[in-house]
Amino acid sequence: MNRSVIAALASGALFGVGLAISGMTDRLVVLGFLDLYGDFNPQLAFVLAGAVVVTAIAFRFVLRLPQPVLAAGFKLPAATAVDRQLLLGAAIFGIGWGLVGFCPGPALVGLAGGLRDAMIFVPAMLAGSFTHYLMERRGKIGEE
Amino acid sequence: MSSWAQGLLGGALIGLSATLLLWSIGRIAGISGIVNGLGTAPRSDRAWRAAFLLGLMLAGGIAMQLLPYAPSHLQTGSTSLLLLAGLLVGFGTRMGGGCTSGHGVCGLGRLSWRSLAAVLTFMLTAIATVFLMRHVTVTLP
Repeated sequence: MNRSVIAALASGALFGVGLAISGMTDRLVVLGFLDLYGDFNPQLAFVLAGAVVVTAIAFRFVLRLPQPVLAAGFKLPAATAVDRQLLLGAAIFGIGWGLVGFCPGPALVGLAGGLRDAMIFVPAMLAGSFTHYLMERRGKIGEE
Repeated sequence: MSSWAQGLLGGALIGLSATLLLWSIGRIAGISGIVNGLGTAPRSDRAWRAAFLLGLMLAGGIAMQLLPYAPSHLQTGSTSLLLLAGLLVGFGTRMGGGCTSGHGVCGLGRLSWRSLAAVLTFMLTAIATVFLMRHVTVTLP
């Protein structure tokens, strides 16, 4: 195993432990955050705040480096425009997220942790992603 | 540990993870993007994705077993609703180029307007969906 694979493995492990501690694998906690007019549970806001405070500070320093320590360059998303694809995709994601309270990270950790609901959700999530991939390849979407 | 401390600590670890990935190999820790690239990225670009997801699921799954959980973890949802939601989440995150981690944790950390627009949009539709599901009763004739 080369060093960049080990770095990715360690980063994934840190992410997984963070998600497990944060409580986000419990989809009812997530739904509680999204339920502004009911039994509101602010926990997700603390998770997002804790994460974004770290990235907002640390990313500034990291991105000032000429290159990452184990790769030739930073690979950041090239797109900057707020377009229809972005907004429609985000809107569809939000509906799915609001229906059950799973987003991709907690669902994958929940699957590994033996949650029955995640075992149903994750294969459907992969199928949804693959569906978009096929549609895009056939040129049905993505042309504006 | 109180729920807000748990949230802050877990969140900080997620932020550190994203920082480690960017600092070491220059990549964004967006879960949906990492998963999607596993099937479609060039071969040389797949090993790190597999390693990240292996670490995520192995360490996250073990941590879940060790941590004391609220009983709500054991509640089970409707199978058809879970399937529908999974399809929408998979489709939408691929179309919109990111999820809570890619646009949320990393995009907001990079001060990207594009990601902020995505986060506001999915928060809004998620909140609206929960409102409809929990507080609006549809009476069929």
